Amino acid sequence: MTSSKIDSKIPEGNLEQKWTKYRSTVPLVNPANKRTLEIIIVGSGLAGASAAASLSELGYKVKVFCFQDSARRAHSIAAQGGINAAKNYQNDGDSTYRLFYDTIKGGDYRSREGNVYRLAEVSTSIIDQCVAIGVPFAREYGGLLSNRSFGGTQVQRTFYAAGQTGQQLLLGAYSGLQRQVGSGNVKMYARHEMLDVVTIEGVCRGIIARDLVTGKLERHFGHAVLLCSGGYGNAFFLSTNAMGSNVTAAWKAHKKGALFANPCFTQIHPTCIPVSGDHQSKLTLMSESLRNDGRIWVPKKQEDAKSLRENRIKPNDIKEEDRDYYLERRYPAFGNLVPRDVASRAAKERCDAGFGVNKTGEAVFLDFAFNTLRYGHIEATKKGIHNPNETQVIEMGRAVVKEKYGNLFDMYQQITGVNPYDQPMMIYPAVHYTMGGLWVDYNLMTNVPGLYALGEANFSDHGSNRLGASALMQGLADGYFVIPYTIGSYLSNEIRTKAIPTDHVAFAEAEQNVQSSIDKLFAIKGTKSVDYFHKKLGLIMWNKCGMARNEEGLKSAISEIQELRKQFWNEVRVPGSKDEFNPELEKAGRVADFLELGELMCKDALSRNESCGGHFREEYQTDEGEAMRDDENFKYVAAWEYMQGVNWELHKEDLIYDNIKIAARSYK
Amino acid sequence: MNWVIKMFSSTIGQKLIMALTGLFLCSFLVIHMVGNLQLFKVDNGLAFNTYSVFMTSNPVIKTISYILYFSILFHAFKGLMLIRKNQKSRPVKYAVQNGAANSHWTSRNMGILGTILLVFIVIHMSNFWYEYKFGHIPFTSYLTNMATGETKSSPMSAEYVQSNKLEEGITSNEQGQFRVVIVKDLYKEVEEEFKEWWIVALYVISMFAVGFHLYHGFKSAFQTLGVNHVKYNGLIKFLGTWVFSVLIPAGFAAMPLYFFIFK
Amino acid sequence: MSSEKIIMEKNLNLNLKVWRQKNASDKGKFEEYKVNDISTDMSFLEMFDVLNERLNNEGKDPVAFDHDCREGICGSCSMYINGRPHGPKQTTTCQLHMRSFNDGDTIVVEPWRAQPFPVIKDLVVDRSAFDRIISSGGFISVNTGNAQDANAIPIPKDAADESFAAAACIGCGACVAACKNASAMLFVSAKVSQLALLPQGMPERKKRVMEMVAQMDAEGFGACTNTGACSAECPKEISLSNIARMNREYIVAELSSDSK
Repeated sequence: MTSSKIDSKIPEGNLEQKWTKYRSTVPLVNPANKRTLEIIIVGSGLAGASAAASLSELGYKVKVFCFQDSARRAHSIAAQGGINAAKNYQNDGDSTYRLFYDTIKGGDYRSREGNVYRLAEVSTSIIDQCVAIGVPFAREYGGLLSNRSFGGTQVQRTFYAAGQTGQQLLLGAYSGLQRQVGSGNVKMYARHEMLDVVTIEGVCRGIIARDLVTGKLERHFGHAVLLCSGGYGNAFFLSTNAMGSNVTAAWKAHKKGALFANPCFTQIHPTCIPVSGDHQSKLTLMSESLRNDGRIWVPKKQEDAKSLRENRIKPNDIKEEDRDYYLERRYPAFGNLVPRDVASRAAKERCDAGFGVNKTGEAVFLDFAFNTLRYGHIEATKKGIHNPNETQVIEMGRAVVKEKYGNLFDMYQQITGVNPYDQPMMIYPAVHYTMGGLWVDYNLMTNVPGLYALGEANFSDHGSNRLGASALMQGLADGYFVIPYTIGSYLSNEIRTKAIPTDHVAFAEAEQNVQSSIDKLFAIKGTKSVDYFHKKLGLIMWNKCGMARNEEGLKSAISEIQELRKQFWNEVRVPGSKDEFNPELEKAGRVADFLELGELMCKDALSRNESCGGHFREEYQTDEGEAMRDDENFKYVAAWEYMQGVNWELHKEDLIYDNIKIAARSYK
Repeated sequence: MNWVIKMFSSTIGQKLIMALTGLFLCSFLVIHMVGNLQLFKVDNGLAFNTYSVFMTSNPVIKTISYILYFSILFHAFKGLMLIRKNQKSRPVKYAVQNGAANSHWTSRNMGILGTILLVFIVIHMSNFWYEYKFGHIPFTSYLTNMATGETKSSPMSAEYVQSNKLEEGITSNEQGQFRVVIVKDLYKEVEEEFKEWWIVALYVISMFAVGFHLYHGFKSAFQTLGVNHVKYNGLIKFLGTWVFSVLIPAGFAAMPLYFFIFK
Repeated sequence: MSSEKIIMEKNLNLNLKVWRQKNASDKGKFEEYKVNDISTDMSFLEMFDVLNERLNNEGKDPVAFDHDCREGICGSCSMYINGRPHGPKQTTTCQLHMRSFNDGDTIVVEPWRAQPFPVIKDLVVDRSAFDRIISSGGFISVNTGNAQDANAIPIPKDAADESFAAAACIGCGACVAACKNASAMLFVSAKVSQLALLPQGMPERKKRVMEMVAQMDAEGFGACTNTGACSAECPKEISLSNIARMNREYIVAELSSDSK
């Protein structure tokens, strides 16, 4: 049933042997030839920076592009919790297979066995590499690495550096990249944005980039182009992504023929600080680790919720028996630690039913009082205080909580102005990660020869829901340990291709296209700001293609987005000029792409008549409101091909499970 | 480039020069203070004057004193050079700068405090050092009765002892043995100088500058040398604050005040 | 609660004096803007969003400023607010909220000022000097795939924690901006310390500090006078002890390394 346009190139053989065998037989490029091969990398996050460092160490000539002012600012930096690896240091039964299994199950059986097994396999090398380059992971007193547990698993396999694991890993990869920049092997183009892929006879040969400081368009040739440009969560306007995170690089590739896979698979993270008003520009995540000690609840009575919304009572005024710990009630086995998609939907369900607790009605409590007391009693016992009074208990308990989550509590207080030690936190789900992305084969190559996608920019490993601490793992796996091998299978055939001069007609044409779309934006001279459209798009997406979707909503979303897109191209105002540093122009280009992607996301969601992972179609749920998968009809990757006039054709890649028995996900 | 030159021309190396010369000057202050305490001895300046001779004639101390003069000049010169360099690092100034929010004012004004000190040192040295070496300081003869310990002093003309700053010997007469010391009377010079209220005021004000300069300078020098350790930071801060920015400047300031008020 | 609530809900009217400069060669000047009805829940950057939206609607050029993650970790934002980098709180500008200001306040906003940080436009400066310093030695030279098992070398927890504390630097440049000498010692020393505290950093220890300091000097940053302003303003509270450690590392390296 797999479409003829698609060949995932998963190697034959046993699951356990696939990667080892492939690695040992993939064609190689000899060192002398590597020096003449040029690779362009777009994006400098975990995937991009690690790929750049590794490939240039191998001898390739590498150019790296990022829109930020430094490679170190890529949004991988904001990941908090940790990185998974099947090290089994805790002796608790972890293994490559178990990590593989957890990831497939966590992804609700919508990812490829071959890719995921490889991911689990190389995960251990990532930790080795990171420690060797000086990443200061958390350690035990004995000097060895510490682990913690994350949602969706029963082993402790998450390595972390306080609440800043992403930062530490990125700075590690960045230092490797900068080492190569310093030795002249990598040329870094910061404050540059890729605005088109150049293809010659269907093969990717380079990019057009805009120097964001001077506004000049530049042509760059590459034997291969690696898109490591992250996810597209900002289609929702409000998300935990950085302000600059965008789909533009991936989208330009898509418009040049690369298939876009599973665009509707977006992850809504359950514990974010709720929206406080119209002025809000982004949402802030509160780490998943908080759910280890926080209990999530809303009032049992609607009138209490109403009083809370109107600020007439405080959360602590509500008696214990009037509180609904709905996750513990619905999922007794996993309680507050159910996977992200489940926790998010449950919060939405309560708020929709009128139990939301802040002025917008879209927030639930994350309460540490219970565990504060518990820790307080433990501390009292440790200190030999046998009849501690309540103040003592609370004081000692708070000290423990502060030690574990102090940074996050401070951040919460800074943003909301409310002290979370006194009152429960208010949280609400927010867009966080996108599992979908450019379709790639086992080599991480898109269907356009020479064009690759790594990290969050591709679709391959997380199915329809990503487990916590797996994004960092995938980004680094792709960059450090997959692409250095798999790129050989393509480049070994390119050693005779001389660098193509950038005055080639294909480069000129591509640059001309970019130029004219920039000119077009300036020519509109409308009255509305770019943000106006972005916010409107975000609302449509959030309301109709967010945590819950239905046919009717998606259909109307599609027509609303088409309408909004039309309006954008008639009424947007881009100030300034193209020959200068112009952040509004950058935003305009990105929002223009989101306005097309948004439609595709809705189309994909509409065509997937089932509920799985982050994709919840209201029509397809059990009586208890749980997601209902349809493996019979939808056990495939939906890979969309861009057609003229903002239209798409669907290609399907069947998912084959030889090693795992598919079952319904249950966390009851 | 020679590694020594390279090291001392780096920003850290230049700071190292400031720290090393600075600490050396601090150590001098302690010696100077202890020595000058003899001004408070009620002996008409005998102890102070003989100490002065020792300090200006002992070859080891003479050598050290030349190193000291060099250190003062180098510390000042390097400090001013660094200020110039640091100013170049921010060619466009801020319109509003709230330094008080993040640092102590002494640390931001070491250049000004140091300049005040440099001016003071020039005046101080011309008042005493220059006068002592090249000026016309009178001599005093101290006659000590070895049996009673009683000392009598009487001025002597400079011409009497042309070549030396000190002559001492034992003489006897029928009353007993006497120890005679004839010495350049710097003590007298001190007495004379500190009769002027404005000189006293200048000295006292300058000692405030010393205190503030060292309040930052002493602990800063240790930081530059890389000595920053939880176990010893308290001690360094204590010495820097109470000894070098309070006790020593107060001691020095007490001298002109003592002479102004009591003499 | 009630009084706190009243303060929280009162919106602010503010006078802004913002540095405007078209490009690196423009002379630049302050422009004054009034912004009204600013919610105290807004972040400082969201207040600028409001201003920019208005300027845009009035057909004027919005104020350019660097920002990205808006959760205090990417280190992009860089405003010098009322005489202090990142404003009155020890945090990043994106995490500074308007409840730190009072109705009627005048707020002066300038770009980072330092010779190695030239202005690109308005409040945006070029901090690539930091990247070049890292390129000169802020790394451990281990090629991908060479590493031994991660637990092969135990590292004392204290050392690992201290290394992490230094590694928490976000490279925003507030230390340079705060320092009266525009010195980059805190930034450089944080990286030197992070790697000097780990056994993995030992082989390149001397070379690293010498080359990073040389690059720091070549970029034109000032010398450290130990005022402590950098650490006091650092959003990640990087300690001054890192500077002492770098001094130590540097002196030892120069005195004992084999290079002449």
